[in-house]
Amino acid sequence: MTFFTPAERAVLEAASERLVPATPDGHPGARALGTVDYIDGLLDAFASDPPHIWAGGPYSGRAGGPPGFSEFMALSPIEELAWRTRIEGSRGIAERERMGPIAGWQQDYRDGIARLGADFASVPAVEQDRRLAVNEAFRDLLYEHTVEGAYAAPEYGGNRDRRAWTAIEFPGDVQPRGYTDAEVEGKA
Amino acid sequence: MSTPEWDAVIVGTGPAGATAAEVLTGAGWSVLMLEKGRNHLLALEPPFGPLGHVSNDELKFMRRHFLGPDPWLEPRTFRRTEADGDRIDVGDVNNLPSTVGGGGFHADGKLPRFRADDFKPLSAGGPVDGADIVDWPVDYDEMEPYYAEAERAVGVAGEAGANPFASWRADPYPMPAGPDMYCAVLTTTAAERMGYHPYRAPTGVNSVDYDGRPPCNNCGFCGYFGCPIDAKGDPVAPLRHALRTGRCEIREESVVTDVLIDRTGRRARGVRYLDRDRQPHEVSAGHVVLAGGAFETPRLLLRNELGNPDVVGRFLQFHFQTYVLGMFAERLHGHRGRSVTHLMDDPIVPDADAVAAARAAGLPFIRGGIVEHGAAGHPILEGIHLPQGEMHSSLMMQSMTRDRMAVFTMQGEDLPQATNRIDLDPHIRDVYGLPAGRATYSPHAHEIVCAEHWAPRFEAIMREAGAQHTFWTTSPPIAGSMADRPGGRTPISRHIMGGARMGDDPQTSVFDRWQRLHGVENVVCTDSSVFPTSTGYGPTLTIVALAIRASRALAGLDPLRSTRSTT
Repeated sequence: MTFFTPAERAVLEAASERLVPATPDGHPGARALGTVDYIDGLLDAFASDPPHIWAGGPYSGRAGGPPGFSEFMALSPIEELAWRTRIEGSRGIAERERMGPIAGWQQDYRDGIARLGADFASVPAVEQDRRLAVNEAFRDLLYEHTVEGAYAAPEYGGNRDRRAWTAIEFPGDVQPRGYTDAEVEGKA
Repeated sequence: MSTPEWDAVIVGTGPAGATAAEVLTGAGWSVLMLEKGRNHLLALEPPFGPLGHVSNDELKFMRRHFLGPDPWLEPRTFRRTEADGDRIDVGDVNNLPSTVGGGGFHADGKLPRFRADDFKPLSAGGPVDGADIVDWPVDYDEMEPYYAEAERAVGVAGEAGANPFASWRADPYPMPAGPDMYCAVLTTTAAERMGYHPYRAPTGVNSVDYDGRPPCNNCGFCGYFGCPIDAKGDPVAPLRHALRTGRCEIREESVVTDVLIDRTGRRARGVRYLDRDRQPHEVSAGHVVLAGGAFETPRLLLRNELGNPDVVGRFLQFHFQTYVLGMFAERLHGHRGRSVTHLMDDPIVPDADAVAAARAAGLPFIRGGIVEHGAAGHPILEGIHLPQGEMHSSLMMQSMTRDRMAVFTMQGEDLPQATNRIDLDPHIRDVYGLPAGRATYSPHAHEIVCAEHWAPRFEAIMREAGAQHTFWTTSPPIAGSMADRPGGRTPISRHIMGGARMGDDPQTSVFDRWQRLHGVENVVCTDSSVFPTSTGYGPTLTIVALAIRASRALAGLDPLRSTRSTT
């Protein structure tokens, strides 16, 4: 959890909260869900070996069985090429530029956070929304990653204490327990 | 001539390749399977059990390309017509999993048979201007025992006699139907009240212990995922059967680049492939079985300049998908159980209204497809499509587009057109340095008229079932509709057919009726490239049945006979 500086993290948490806000009736906002931890884990995926791209299986342990999700899976050489390119950018490396140069998410976030402004967390919400609107491409990237972090399995760093799943009445992964036939067919 | 290393090399490990492997190893052949993707399906040592890679993980399967192909590594391109220029889309174009198990890995396993008329569409319905409808070089009566064998090999649960439109069958399904999902109970009872004929979907998912695999425990991460407990038979069952003979080897991360033809030009001698480090290798084989799917097989033929050049790549067909969404006041918990538990075939056999709609549009008929009674997707998918900001979190809690939504999907028959084709993109290349496959595709008016006819009728069923709001859309989008916008014009169907059609005339087809390449008879294709038409049914069971038939013929085994006389 080391990609963002504390100052960057403060900007990003405030921006994420505008996109996925807390509600009075129980949906936690992005900050409480730890979606910035999720994004930090993605941008820093290759700081771990195996990288934090694909959680293992078959079970998380929440519905029985051993906790396999926390053992991340190894990538093949070309899979590593694809994910490093996506995250780190092509950096002038020939095999990463086959489809043209790619800035990479690390750079997208560094630039996007800078454009939102160092004072972003302390300006009024109306001003926050204006700055997000004029940085539309970054806002859309942040939204997709924030949604992923909110509702993905908590092993990826967000969805803290499964609070997003609880709020939306989604049980999450259920293997190996599953559901009974009566639970599939019945109203409740 | 030296003895080849293998009796057969099979390109691809999806349902088409797995079935060929089971039949050929059963006949005593040695078989090498080459798969360009990774193996997440089963251990390659006895007892060939699950690897534990499959999980209830929406992020891994739906957002992070776990089953491949990664669209950056292996891009495909798309354009509607040549007027679009070289392409309007790059990346994911009808991608089926690139992994051991292929498309079978992520399918939720609905496995209907075709009807007798589907094999003789020209005779049954006549020609249509602007389309090239042909009869298949095989009929239902010949196919029936292969369908029965396919249902036994994969393990299909279903209810014989429940679908009044089905053609005859000699045997019951190997297993009884599994549980009905709650939302489908609502929509099927409504459909019945309105005179339609829904039935429990024949599904390649165990409802009881079968073939050493357990019954489904309804985890709900079904279509687009994979089965963590091997309750889904396709294609783990045929692969395991093949491996158990000791005569089958699966090599993952092995990308076939070339079919090697001998000096006579009439026989293949093996294939060339790249390993995980992209280093080339050659293997020799007595026979080459192409089973890479209806996108990759034509791409390989085109790259190698194999097959009738006037036909290879042409008559690419998808299903024209019509989606009807119904939003209910109550929670439907569609995340429990299989993705779809019921089908109905009513749009496949036109009623008086459908005949009138066709006539009014100047068409001889409209034939739709199976209507799937199913549920919506998972939370990340819902979240990404909701508005950002103020409303996001309360809409997620209401879940009108997940937990309160039921979905009909019609897999509309897509008429074959020569201009709909796969070719090689002139500029875009994949990570292996090979030209990307490019789809050029526009629907025929038939598909549009059919969708516009049926969608309001399906909305009426949804309302009868209790939906408060309904909405319909199609893929590909109808021109000028809300869905018709940049980035949304590529059909998202995972049912891909044609591209190397089979037939008796080498002038108008690529493969013969035994699915042997015209002119190079030790090359056989067992995937849906050979389909002359698309029909309105999911293709997989017919792929498997045809693969059994073609593989038995290749190995010199007797044809299968039905357990019931047809006379």
